Amino acid sequence: MNFVAELLISIALVISGIFGFVGSYGLVKLKDTLQRLHAPTKATTLGVGGVLIASMIFFYSETGHISVHELLITLFLFLTAPITANFIASAYLARNLREDDLPKTPGDYGWSIYDDPPETGVDR
Amino acid sequence: MMARLVPHPLLSLTLVLVWLGLVNTFTLGNLILGTFFGFVIPMITAPYWPDRPAIRRPLKVAEYIAVVLWDIIVANVQVAMIILFKRESTIRSHWIPVPLELTSAEAITVLAGTITMTPGTVSATLSADGASILVHCLHTDDPDQVCRDIKARYERRLTEIFP
Repeated sequence: MNFVAELLISIALVISGIFGFVGSYGLVKLKDTLQRLHAPTKATTLGVGGVLIASMIFFYSETGHISVHELLITLFLFLTAPITANFIASAYLARNLREDDLPKTPGDYGWSIYDDPPETGVDR
Repeated sequence: MMARLVPHPLLSLTLVLVWLGLVNTFTLGNLILGTFFGFVIPMITAPYWPDRPAIRRPLKVAEYIAVVLWDIIVANVQVAMIILFKRESTIRSHWIPVPLELTSAEAITVLAGTITMTPGTVSATLSADGASILVHCLHTDDPDQVCRDIKARYERRLTEIFP
């Protein structure tokens, strides 16, 4: 492996390490569930992204082939990470907050956790 | 005939590419097997895609992905600064309701995912009629500015992609 490849891999790993650490530190420092929810979205983007870039450079310089597994990991992370964050936020809203704690919706209907959608709301 | 054989061309293409990526080696056998999946899976799952929106302007999709990736990098640094250097008592989190102009479920899903993946904002829930989205912002002094940014940077581009 030549020097340039090693340098790029090292930089990518250090960057991902820093953001992984900051994400974890955020979990400890921030005070409520919703603020803590912001920390993992960082660990999964630049934190994991740095490791994946380092991995791609490593396998390209070792074998000469471009490895696409890393791109797929990125794709699957981007598909799944928002869903978990969304579910955690929804569960927190349903358990810990009342409708009065949130700002009003701009439209006629309330937030879906507290209000029925238009079709079923009419029937009741 | 063609529509029944390939009900979802984009999904078929994606499945072939993902299969080739998973096996990580390009051979004729893998291509044939991937193409087989690309035909069969959309046919089986066609009932679950009742009225999918057609994606227009592939160039706009590429532009959108580039904008989001850049924003993720910038926002990562901003949020890291907030976590490392702001005292806990001075972090002001806000709930921000954002009115939506997008109507299709797919477009709103993409927007909600984008809001969550760009650090600093998390999308929490939709209004019951799907006309607005509730966003939690980690730290901002001007909630209206965050709302305008989301609408101008992401929603405007998505309305061009999903007609």
